[in-house]
Amino acid sequence: MVMNQSLLETVNLTKVFKIGGIIGGTKLTAVDNVNLRIDSENPAILSIVGESGSGKTTLSRLILRLVEPTFGRVMFENRNIFDIKRKMEVMEFMQKVQPIFQNPYESFNPLKKIDSCLYNTALKLHVAENKEEASERVKDSLSSVGLDPELVLGKKPHELSGGELQRVSIARVLIPKPKLVIADEPVSMVDASIRMSIINLFLDLKKDLETYFIYITHDLSTAYYIGDLIAIMFRGNIVEYGPAHEVLSDPLHPYTETLIESIPDISRKWSEEIKMSGFELKEFEAAGCKFWYRCPYATTRCQSNGPKMIELKNGRSVMCFRYD
Amino acid sequence: MRVKLSKRVLKESLYALKSLITGDIRLLLGLVIFMAYAVLAFVVSRFIPFSPKRWGVVPRDIPPCWNYPLGTTSMGQDLFWILTLALQNSIIIGIVVASVSTFVGVVVGLLAGYKGGYLDRILTTLTDTFIAVPSLPILIMLTALFLGRIHILMLSAVLCVFNWPWPAKQARSMMLSLRERTFIETAVFSGTGTVGVILGEVMPLIAPWILANFTNTVLVAIATEAGLATIGVSSLEEATLGTMIYWALQYQAMFRGHWWWIAVPAGTIVILFFSLFLVSTAISSIFSLERSAK
Amino acid sequence: MSKDQILNVQGLIAYYKLRKGDVRAVDDVNLFLWPNEIVGIAGESGCGKTTLIKVLYGLVEPPLSMLSGQVLIDVNGEEIHLYKNTYEVKQLWWKHFSYIPQSSMGVLNPVIKIEDQFGEIFMRGDKNPPKKEIRKIVEKSLDALGLPSEVLRSYPHQLSGGMRQRVVISMATILNPRIVYADEPTTALDVVVQRGILQIMSKLQRDLGNTFVIVTHDMGVQHQITDRMVVMYAGKISEIGGTDDIFKKPLHPYTALLIESLPRLGDKSERKSIKGSPPNLLNPPKGCRFHPRCPYATSECAEKNPSLLEIKNRRYASCFHPLGQ
Repeated sequence: MVMNQSLLETVNLTKVFKIGGIIGGTKLTAVDNVNLRIDSENPAILSIVGESGSGKTTLSRLILRLVEPTFGRVMFENRNIFDIKRKMEVMEFMQKVQPIFQNPYESFNPLKKIDSCLYNTALKLHVAENKEEASERVKDSLSSVGLDPELVLGKKPHELSGGELQRVSIARVLIPKPKLVIADEPVSMVDASIRMSIINLFLDLKKDLETYFIYITHDLSTAYYIGDLIAIMFRGNIVEYGPAHEVLSDPLHPYTETLIESIPDISRKWSEEIKMSGFELKEFEAAGCKFWYRCPYATTRCQSNGPKMIELKNGRSVMCFRYD
Repeated sequence: MRVKLSKRVLKESLYALKSLITGDIRLLLGLVIFMAYAVLAFVVSRFIPFSPKRWGVVPRDIPPCWNYPLGTTSMGQDLFWILTLALQNSIIIGIVVASVSTFVGVVVGLLAGYKGGYLDRILTTLTDTFIAVPSLPILIMLTALFLGRIHILMLSAVLCVFNWPWPAKQARSMMLSLRERTFIETAVFSGTGTVGVILGEVMPLIAPWILANFTNTVLVAIATEAGLATIGVSSLEEATLGTMIYWALQYQAMFRGHWWWIAVPAGTIVILFFSLFLVSTAISSIFSLERSAK
Repeated sequence: MSKDQILNVQGLIAYYKLRKGDVRAVDDVNLFLWPNEIVGIAGESGCGKTTLIKVLYGLVEPPLSMLSGQVLIDVNGEEIHLYKNTYEVKQLWWKHFSYIPQSSMGVLNPVIKIEDQFGEIFMRGDKNPPKKEIRKIVEKSLDALGLPSEVLRSYPHQLSGGMRQRVVISMATILNPRIVYADEPTTALDVVVQRGILQIMSKLQRDLGNTFVIVTHDMGVQHQITDRMVVMYAGKISEIGGTDDIFKKPLHPYTALLIESLPRLGDKSERKSIKGSPPNLLNPPKGCRFHPRCPYATSECAEKNPSLLEIKNRRYASCFHPLGQ
């Protein structure tokens, strides 16, 4: 077996939150035994699609080392990121893995000019040796995302528009030339009219740089438009994974089917009535398949047993007994 | 880089202050009154024509008149000049206590809130212990040790010990909520370390609170000293606003109808507090308006 | 108001009176509603659709001010001028027409249990049934919406967004009002939850036989569940007609361009967006408000304001050169 240098690999990654009071309260498994693997051969874009409660944000925060797992590991370049303790190594990690957050106005300190963030990234992550070099890198980065440094530097966050500010975020992230960028809903808080231009920017960047993007969203259309690969998440599990075009045109998992059908598209009308879930927690705590309650193909086996991820040919996998 | 950062923060805060002072009447009034007292305390007091601790320099028990605008005491001291000295000492106590306890409290609180874990637990236990320990018996004990001859700065140090936990608790809870903000995560991913985050990202946001808290603590320190002095637990040889009242009480000024001896320090305390209160509330409301305007 | 209409709006003008000027959010609007239909009010954000609903519902508070026009509503066979009668519009709320806001927390009281909140609504009704009967009626309604009876004993924060919105829909329909206004009822919800809720609303409308008015900028949603559509632009109505008719053959250039710019599933090609941006309602352009962005505009469009005319059978458009005519 060829020993592949994987870029990122999560092994049985699980995160359980305790909600409710100190006495009593319940457990919520936000990320449930997720095994995701990204190989470092070609830069690509992986779209992780999920609705609220799917665990996609928690998964991204685990990969970014912002929160510790309850079980399992996250391996970046074959090294467990939660074993990294020394400051030097943490800096090294951050030079290679960078985040883009949803709300551009929250991503920057409202009282400070955006310059400080950009220069800090260049200097502290050892990208530049001195102020002059840092200035060069910052200006280059801003230009590469379509911003004029003269117009953007020296401004405070509220002086820029949402779209511009998000581009500044992207510029900052690119300064250390990272290997992995994780973008959590990067365009959902941006004006609808400029959303496409930022999405297209991601496509350009993927082509020009050797960076792998993970694009997290609830919007299936942009996920399909931009993604080479798609992972569909439901209640903490990745229920389907595969090349974007195939997953969309030939969905395997019943939830993926439901998701695609539920988009209010103008080219066709909804045919069937779907079932709605009751209290959400019950779905999380299900003994068997978490989608059992709403699934049109559910059997008794689904109610009591949890299906495992089944790998099919041409790189697709699905977590459903129908393909056993 | 660290030193430059805090200097810049300081400069920016000062500049913001200057432009705001002229805008708000409370701030203006409060600062004017306080500045007037400060001038009395530090400038005018240089011109005291006699040694401050000497008795019998002027005729005793004279009510306010042209020669002695604030009257004289039973020990033959001119109340006006004593007041300038007392103001000096009280303000020094106020500022020293406020500076040290605010600084220590904020640093401890922010550190505990940001780092969490063991450090947080240790610092919080420390903070809570100092809050729980009753200050009055210890202060009485300490001053009994010094037999009333405690130095002003020593007294200030003791007051600091009992004042730092309060800003610490508040700073910690502010840090706990700010820590979750996205821009802190951005700063972390820009390579900023603990010190950089605390000084560079969080401090500017809580600077108005620190200022308001500082002003308040000045008030509290002066009040505490005055209260303690009244019961004899202070630096009785020195002139402070509190000891003025103490000596007036010792000499039964009220019973003997020498109202001016009590009225001067009491009135000064009230007006001083009022001015500091104006400044403190003006700061809080100005900065909260600014934040909501954004 | 003609006999079969349940709501008739004539010449409605409502502005937001601000210090810097008047925001002309609803500028001379005529429309009507029939019984037993789902009407969608469509348009981009800022076109005035939310303001229109507020006026129709009676939620006119400063700085919003109704300048002229009339809103006629049919209450038990009687024609009532909404803003001329002496009694309070509020008496009609929940009974004759109700309102579903975008956020369920605009209706739900966070510190009161759900069952008590239903109790408050029943107090407004004509009959005041005993608590036991109220519970039966409400449980039946919640069950139809797929909610378990435990919801009644819960507080709003214990329910998910989708569940809360269903509770609000139940409240809005429990006294069987003739008109239900819903302002972006599913915009904040996930796509699958949205579909569920819209289907529930459709079914409710079929069962109750009343009229639903759904305001949303999402043309996909309009396409899925509305029978008739009212398209607004910059405070005025640009087109009214059957939803399928409009999507197949729009009459107003704005509607046509809007539909063309929408994404279609499975199609990776870039959609063309309308150039320019909607006008500032403080100072809208002279003449037709869409003419600066319209590829078919003539000099007439820049001078005169087209009124809403019936172009074909039951299809209205405010345009001097409606498409295909």
